Amino acid sequence: MVDLEKTALRLGMVPLVDAAPLIVARDKGFFARQGLEVQLSVESSWASIRDKVVAGVLDGAQMLAPMPIAATLGIDAVGVPMVTAMSLNLNGNSIAVSEALYQEMGLSPCEPVAAGQALRTLLTRDRKLGRRKRVFAHVFPFSAHHYELRYWLAASGIDPDRDLRLEVVPPPLMVQALLDGRIDACCVGAPWGAAAESAGAGYRVISSFQIWNHSPEKVLAVTDEWAQRHPQTHRALVAALIASCRWLDQPEHRLEAAQLLIDSGAVDAPPATLRAALDASAIGAPHSGQLVFHAGAANFPWITHAVWFIEQMRRWRQVTEEVDALTVAANVYRPDIYREAAARVGVAVPDEDGKSEGHHASPWTLDTRSGPIIMGSDRFFDGQTFVNCAAAPLLTAGRDPG
Amino acid sequence: MRVMLVDDDLGRMALLRQALAAAGNEVVAQLGPAEDLIAAVARHQPDLILIDVDSPARDTLESLGQISRDRPRPVVVFASHSDSDMARRAMRAGVSAYVVDGMQPTRLKSVIDVAIARFDEHQALRRELADTKTRLADRRDIDRAKGVLMQRRGLSENDAYEQLRKMAMDRNVKLGDAARALLAVAELL
Repeated sequence: MVDLEKTALRLGMVPLVDAAPLIVARDKGFFARQGLEVQLSVESSWASIRDKVVAGVLDGAQMLAPMPIAATLGIDAVGVPMVTAMSLNLNGNSIAVSEALYQEMGLSPCEPVAAGQALRTLLTRDRKLGRRKRVFAHVFPFSAHHYELRYWLAASGIDPDRDLRLEVVPPPLMVQALLDGRIDACCVGAPWGAAAESAGAGYRVISSFQIWNHSPEKVLAVTDEWAQRHPQTHRALVAALIASCRWLDQPEHRLEAAQLLIDSGAVDAPPATLRAALDASAIGAPHSGQLVFHAGAANFPWITHAVWFIEQMRRWRQVTEEVDALTVAANVYRPDIYREAAARVGVAVPDEDGKSEGHHASPWTLDTRSGPIIMGSDRFFDGQTFVNCAAAPLLTAGRDPG
Repeated sequence: MRVMLVDDDLGRMALLRQALAAAGNEVVAQLGPAEDLIAAVARHQPDLILIDVDSPARDTLESLGQISRDRPRPVVVFASHSDSDMARRAMRAGVSAYVVDGMQPTRLKSVIDVAIARFDEHQALRRELADTKTRLADRRDIDRAKGVLMQRRGLSENDAYEQLRKMAMDRNVKLGDAARALLAVAELL
C-alpha cells in the first residue's frame, strides 16, 4: 500500500439521504480498508461547510456539485480554488408544491410540460389580478436545485426573475416553510420532498430526473491546495467512496443502508421517508428517478457536467465576466484523479472526459478500454441537447442512440 | 446602529443584546434558526447582522447577496470552534468578520467597527471596479462609434466626436450609451 500523507480526516456532510456514501463508508469499513480514519461532521448549512473546508477545519466535504466551481470562479465571495474528483450521486431532487398551489394548478399525475403550462397560466392570471408573487424555494445559490428549477421555469415560458420570487431555505426547514405558507413550492433533495408529503405540507409534482435524466447532484470536494498537498490521501479517499457507492447501488444493501442512516441520527426525518428514498425495488427501472450512487459511471466527474453548470451560472448572470468554461471545468473536475482511484478498487472507467447530454432517452452502452459500461438515459424534458462546441475534442465519448 | 441577531443559544443572545445596547446599538430583531430571515431583513432593515456559524439560516443570508436587488449588509459570524486560522481565512472569504469563541462584551464594539469598515471598503472596491469597467467600455464604444461616423459620413475625428456628443445631449443620455445606440443601428443598416 502507498504511503498516505494523512490518515485521520474530518469530512463535512449535510443531513440528506445523499450523504449515505459517507456514512456507509465509515460504518461498513470502506474508509478503513484504504487506511483512513474518518470522522464525519454534520453541518447545518452549505455556507458553513464551505468556510470550514476553506479554513482547513474540515479536510473535505459533501458539496453541491456547482459549489467547487463557484468557489474556483470566485463568484461565491470565497474565491478559493477547489477540486472534485468524484460525484457522490445522480438524481434525488424533487419539486414539491404546497397543498393550496397544487389545488390551484389542478394537476393529478404530473410531468414537467403539463405542470409548467399549468403554472404559467396561473401566474399570468395572478398578474392580471394584481396578486402577490409566488415564492419558490431552493437550497443554495450554487445548487443543482437552483438551476433545475430555473431551467424548468424558463422552458415553460416563465421568467424566474420577473414572474415569481426565488428564495433560499435550508432543506431541514423546508417542510415547515411550506406548512407556514412562507413558500408556495420548493426544489429540495431527498428525503425532504417525501417528508413534506407525509407531513401534509405539499405534493411532489416533478422530480429532477424528469427535468434532466441522471443529472449530477452532490460531489466530494476539497480545496485545490489540500489536493496538492495530499495526493495519495485524496486518491485513497476517492477509492473508499467509490467502493461505498458501489455497495450502495446493490439492491440487497439498500435496506441496510437506510438503517445505517436512521441509526446514525444524522438526518432528522421520519424513518419511513428515509427507507422510501433508498427503496431498492425501483433500482434499474428506466424511469424510476431513484438516487443512483454508482451505476452508469455515476461517480465519474464528467467535465461536461461542470461546463453545463458554468453555462447556467452565465445564463442567470451569476457569472458576468468572460470565462473559458472548458478550462475552468477541467481545473475543478478531475477525471485523472478519479481514474487512478477507480483502478485501486477495480472499477471500469470512461476513456473520455466528457459526454453529450440529452441524446439518450433509454439506457445505452459506453465502450471503454476497461470494459463496457451500461449508461443511464440523459434526456432533458424539453428535448434540448447539450454539447459545448469548445468541448468538442473532449466529447468524443457517447454514442448516438442507435 | 440597527442590529439583527440570529442564534439559537438564548444565553449568548442575552449577553450580546446587553453588550450591544451598552455600546449604543439597537437590537431590532432576534431570530431563532427556523425563522424567516428574508422577511425579517425586509421588515427590520438592519444595518448589521450577527449570526452563529452553525445556523442553517446562513445559506439564506448568503443568498441575499446573490443575484439580489437587496442591499447587502455587513455580517458578523460567530464561530464556536477556537480555530484562529479559520477566523482569518473566513474573514477573507466575504464575511465581514469572524469572531471565535468567547463573546467578550468589551471587544464587541471594536469587532463591529472592524466589520463595518471592512464591509464599506469591500463595497467601495466593488463600485470602483464596476466604474472602471464602465469607463473602459465607454471609451472603446465611443472610439468605435466615431470610426463608424468617420467612415460612413466622411467626417473628421473631431466632427465625429461632436456629432456623437450632440446626439447624446439631444437625447439626454450618457456619451457611452449614445455610442452603443449608434453602433447597434449601424449594425442593422
